[in-house]
This record gives sequence, C-alpha cells and structure tokens, in this order.
Amino acid sequence: MTRRQKRLLLRIGIGIVLFAVGLFLPEWWQAGLMVAAWLIAGYDILWSAIRNILRGQIFDEKFLMALATCCALAMKDWKEAAAVMLFFQVGELFEMLAVERSRRSISSLMDLRPDCAVVVKNGEEVEVEPEEVRVGDILLVRPGERIAVDGVIVEGESALDTSKITGEAVPVDVCSGSPVVSGSVNLSGVLKIRAESAYEHSTVARILTLVETAAEKKASAERLITKFAKYYTPSVIGAAVLLAAVPPIFFGQPFTQWLSRALTFLVISCPCALVISVPLSFFSGMGAAARLGIVVKGGVALEQLAKTSTVVFDKTGTLTEGKFSVQAIYCAAGKEEELLRIAAQCEKYSNHPVAQAIRQAYPKVSEEAENIREIPGNGITAVVDGKHAAVGNARLLESLGIHFPEISEVGTTVYIAVDGVYLGAITVADTARKNVRETINALHAFGVKKTMMLTGDNERSAAHYAKICGVKEYRAQLLPQDKVAIFETLPKKKNETVAFVGDGVNDAPVLTAADVGIAMGGVGSDAAVEAADAVLLNDDISKLPMLFRIAKRTCAIARQNIAFALSVKAVCLILGALGYAPMWLAIFADVGVAVLAILNALRGMREVH
Amino acid sequence: MKKTYKLKDLDCANCAAKMENAINKLPEVESATVSFLMQKMTINYADGTDETAALAAIQKIIRKVEPDCEVIA
Repeated sequence: MTRRQKRLLLRIGIGIVLFAVGLFLPEWWQAGLMVAAWLIAGYDILWSAIRNILRGQIFDEKFLMALATCCALAMKDWKEAAAVMLFFQVGELFEMLAVERSRRSISSLMDLRPDCAVVVKNGEEVEVEPEEVRVGDILLVRPGERIAVDGVIVEGESALDTSKITGEAVPVDVCSGSPVVSGSVNLSGVLKIRAESAYEHSTVARILTLVETAAEKKASAERLITKFAKYYTPSVIGAAVLLAAVPPIFFGQPFTQWLSRALTFLVISCPCALVISVPLSFFSGMGAAARLGIVVKGGVALEQLAKTSTVVFDKTGTLTEGKFSVQAIYCAAGKEEELLRIAAQCEKYSNHPVAQAIRQAYPKVSEEAENIREIPGNGITAVVDGKHAAVGNARLLESLGIHFPEISEVGTTVYIAVDGVYLGAITVADTARKNVRETINALHAFGVKKTMMLTGDNERSAAHYAKICGVKEYRAQLLPQDKVAIFETLPKKKNETVAFVGDGVNDAPVLTAADVGIAMGGVGSDAAVEAADAVLLNDDISKLPMLFRIAKRTCAIARQNIAFALSVKAVCLILGALGYAPMWLAIFADVGVAVLAILNALRGMREVH
Repeated sequence: MKKTYKLKDLDCANCAAKMENAINKLPEVESATVSFLMQKMTINYADGTDETAALAAIQKIIRKVEPDCEVIA
C-alpha cells in the first residue's frame, strides 16, 4: 500500500468508528458525529469537487458524491450522508488496490531490466549503470544477479535462469565460452562475462522497447470504450437533468425526491468499470504471454490472433530447423564411414551449408585433401590418399564421364567417386523441428481452419515437408515478393484474420503483409521486431497454440467485462430512475462493478496449458 | 518526434481517457496515448513543433482534468 492508500484507510477507519458511535447517541450528538465522519472520510472528495467546478470540469464521480451527500445533509439525513461517503471511499480504496496490484503483478512478469552492472577495471570492481557498459568490458555477475548486456563467458560456470527471456523454465548450464543473453539471472556460480554489445543493442533492451510500445497499440475494444464514453456521458447527464426537472415542473412531484433520484442515476452511470477493466483485460493477456516468453505488441495483436482462421508458415527456419544435416548414406562400394571421410576431407574448408552438414556428421577429419579444386555450382575435385576424388552433384560426375545411379530423395544429394569409379552418395537435408506436427495438429483442433506453408524450394521438397509437418496446403518455388502477394489472394471471411509465422530473418515484409505477423526467435533482428505483432523469444514453435489460446481467452474476458458492466448498469439505471435504487446500490453499480471487472480481468494472467 | 512521459498520481481511468481526447485535439500533437495502467503518456508531436510550448499546453489539460496529476519527463 502506498502512503496515500494507508492514509485513506485510516480516515475510513476513523469515519466508521464515529459513524458506529453516532448511531447510539441522541439526535444532535448523532448529527455532529455523522458530519464529522462525512468530513474526515470525504474531505478530499469535497475539495477536488470544488476545484473541478472552478475549472469547469463537472460531472465526474467526485463531484457527484459531493453533491449527493450535500443534498442528504440538506434534507437532514445525516446518517445517509456519512454512510454514502464512507461506502464510496471503501470502494475507491478497493479499486485503487486492485489496479495497483494488477499493475504490479503484470509488470513483474515483464520486468527484466537489470539494475546495475559490475565492471572489472584494472582488477577493481566498479558498479555502473547498464547503459555505461562498453563492448569488450569484463562484467562480474554474482549468483542472484541479472546479466546486464549480451556477452560471452570468459571465466566461471553456472546455471542461468532464462525464463523471463525465453519462457523456458529449465535453467541453462553455461561455462567458459558460452554466449549469455542479457536479462537472464545467474543462479549458482560467479561469472565473468565479456560484453559483446552495448545495453541498447542487447536482447533485454529490445524486449523492453517492445513491451513499452505495446501499451500504445490499443485494441479496437479499447477504442470502442473511449468512443462510447464520448456519447454516453452527455446522454446520461441529459437524462439525469430531465429526471430532476420534468416530474417536479410538469407533474407537481416533490423536487427533492426527484433530485436525489437524478443523483443516484448519475452515480450509477460512471463508466469507470469499462474504462479500467477492458484495457486491463488486454494487459493481463500480454502478461500471460510474456510468462511464456512471447511478447505481444498490444491489444490489437491479441484481438487479431483471436480471430485467426488461417495460419501461414514460412518453411526454412520456421517449420524446419534451417540447418542441414546428413539424412542418408548410400554405399555402392566400401563402408559408410569411408565415404563420409572422403567427402569431409574434400569439403574441409568449404562454407557451403552442405559441406558443414557433412563435417558435422564426420567431425574427426584430421588431414585435408590435396589439390582441392572447387567447381562452382558443381562440387569439388581433390586428391585423397593419393587417389583422384570427386565430390559433388550429378552434373559433376556427368562431366567427368562417371556412371552412377540417380538418387531421387528430398534434399541435396552429394555423389562421391574415386579414380573414376562411383563409390556412393550422401543426402543432406533440412530437418523438421520437433513437435511441429503436434503443434499444427493442435492448431487445427483449436479451430484454425487452414494451415499453409510457403517456400522457395521446389515442388517435391515442399510436398515432402508439408506432409511431415501436417500442413494442409503449400506453395512452392516462391520468390520473396510472391510470398507477400499471396496474402492478397488468400480468401477469408469478414472477421477472420490470416497469421504468418516466420523466423524474421528475411521475411519482415511478409510479417507486415499478414494481418498478424509472428516472428520466431526474432529478437536478433530489428526488422522482424519492428514488423511483427508477436515475437516468440525462443525458437519453440510449440508455444504457438498457447498464444492463440491466450488471445481467445483475453478477448472473451474483455467481452464479458463489457457485457457485465453494461447490463448491471442498465438495470441499476432503470431502478434508479424509478426510485428503487438507494445510494449504496448506486455506489455498488459504480465502484463494485469496477472491482469485480478488474478481478475478472486478472483471470487473464493465469497460465495456459 | 515521439516522446514518452511518466504521469504521477494519475488516479482515474476515465480521466485518462478524457485527457487523451483533449490532448489529441491540440494542433501540435499528431497522436497521443494516455495509458492509465502504465501511468504513461506517449505523444507524437507534429514535425517542427516547439516541444516545450506544446508540453505546457498538455500539462494545462492534464491539470484541468486531474489537478493532482504531474508530468515527469
């Protein structure tokens, strides 16, 4: 509780005591104590009501409370004046506490700002602001501290809690040489880290910018509420004026009775419940996503995600690992290992992804082949063990006049021949990410009608990966601009959206073209972060169904809150106009409904499974 | 030119909405968001605006809607 809230609590306490004592005293004593309780509990309300009138800001709830209680006093209903003011302040206190608590718990989910960094300079430890760390500085990170900038461990080993960054609950073991991400918390050992980037270029700063800009992008439900309030407020005020004026003037009804009805009416009408709870609902949803390592950029993104009927995936790096690995080895003569060794020796210094995959499969290469000649687009010829080896595609072997069986497998096939004789072949291909199939199935089960895969690869490989991943449709041989164009041709119904999931490396335009762009592990790329509506901070595609679930739940909660607040208010307004709503009910319709709606909004922060 | 300010003692959500509407009507301001939850205000000034003058106008609006609310740069 802040000091202000504590003081309010104290004032309410004194007010209640005076009120309770006053109930048992004779009339004039009672009146005195009630007025005292009214003043002590509500002096700030009265004061700001006066100030607001002077500034021409009337008809806010404080003004209404002041007016309502003053009217009660004028009618010598001392008890009512004190009770209404006390009840209102209790409600206000509850509302403040609820908002404060939710704000704090949500921001703690998103809080990853390092407080300071300890730099080791000439053997001395100096504490500096994260912004002052320079690339190349050596940082000392003790257990329990947060790493301030991205870097590499130069000394020590430990386990890191990266859950705030990636949503991954299991700590990551690190040792000298491991890269570390800023925002993760050192759990066990003392680490020395060499800064690899300045704070503003570090992961944590990127994420924080994302989170901060998120609040600016309001959902259409939020905008609706603001617009609604614009018409709503004048119309209820008009209705209240009519209520106070028409019956006494035209039908000779008692003025005070209708005036108090009009006041009750105004208290009920305060739109606070809507104005707080709807943005809070979206905020909670963003908090729940943050817990999973997903940054959602604002309420708009959640709304769009909730309406998604088609999910389009990029292939390489999204559905697949984006890394080549050896899939199969075909031996015409000799052993598999022999084949790999020859290929690895020839490809020892090649940067081609295929070469890297082969070296990964046979890391023991010691000596390099001699006379290496790289034939661009075809392969390599070299001398291995004193024999002429050829390692490359079909064209290479054809050009050398070597006979070989054509192997038709998905991926790239590398043929190997020695001294003009075909030895065998190695196929290298990208692998699908684990859990991809389960993820896609979960999306379908969840109500996504169509899934589609986009790729620049050929038809055959596209069909192969689409089948492995369980994606219903695919488009192959696409150039980057074709991918953007596809989003204009995808048929969709009104109120449905198309989401695109990409790795964010070179698909920023596509992320923008889709209704909702989701980037995976895209914290490394500024363009993707800028273009995407949601970013999965780790590479875990299986978080996707949870993201959709959070989005749906969030929108449902926002709708519930709107419906609940409006219907309670409508009923109370009618009761109030007819004179059946006492002031305490009016205050409940104002503050009580707000508190209930806030509590409902907080449901959105719970974890999803 | 986009600037973010903290708002201290922004107490009522409805007031935040009122401020936002009024600030958006200022000619110097292209767009403004007042977030009650984050207790923050983001102002997108039109190009070539004298920010100090514009901020004074914004402050006046804020004080009118909620007298206790302070802008912290």
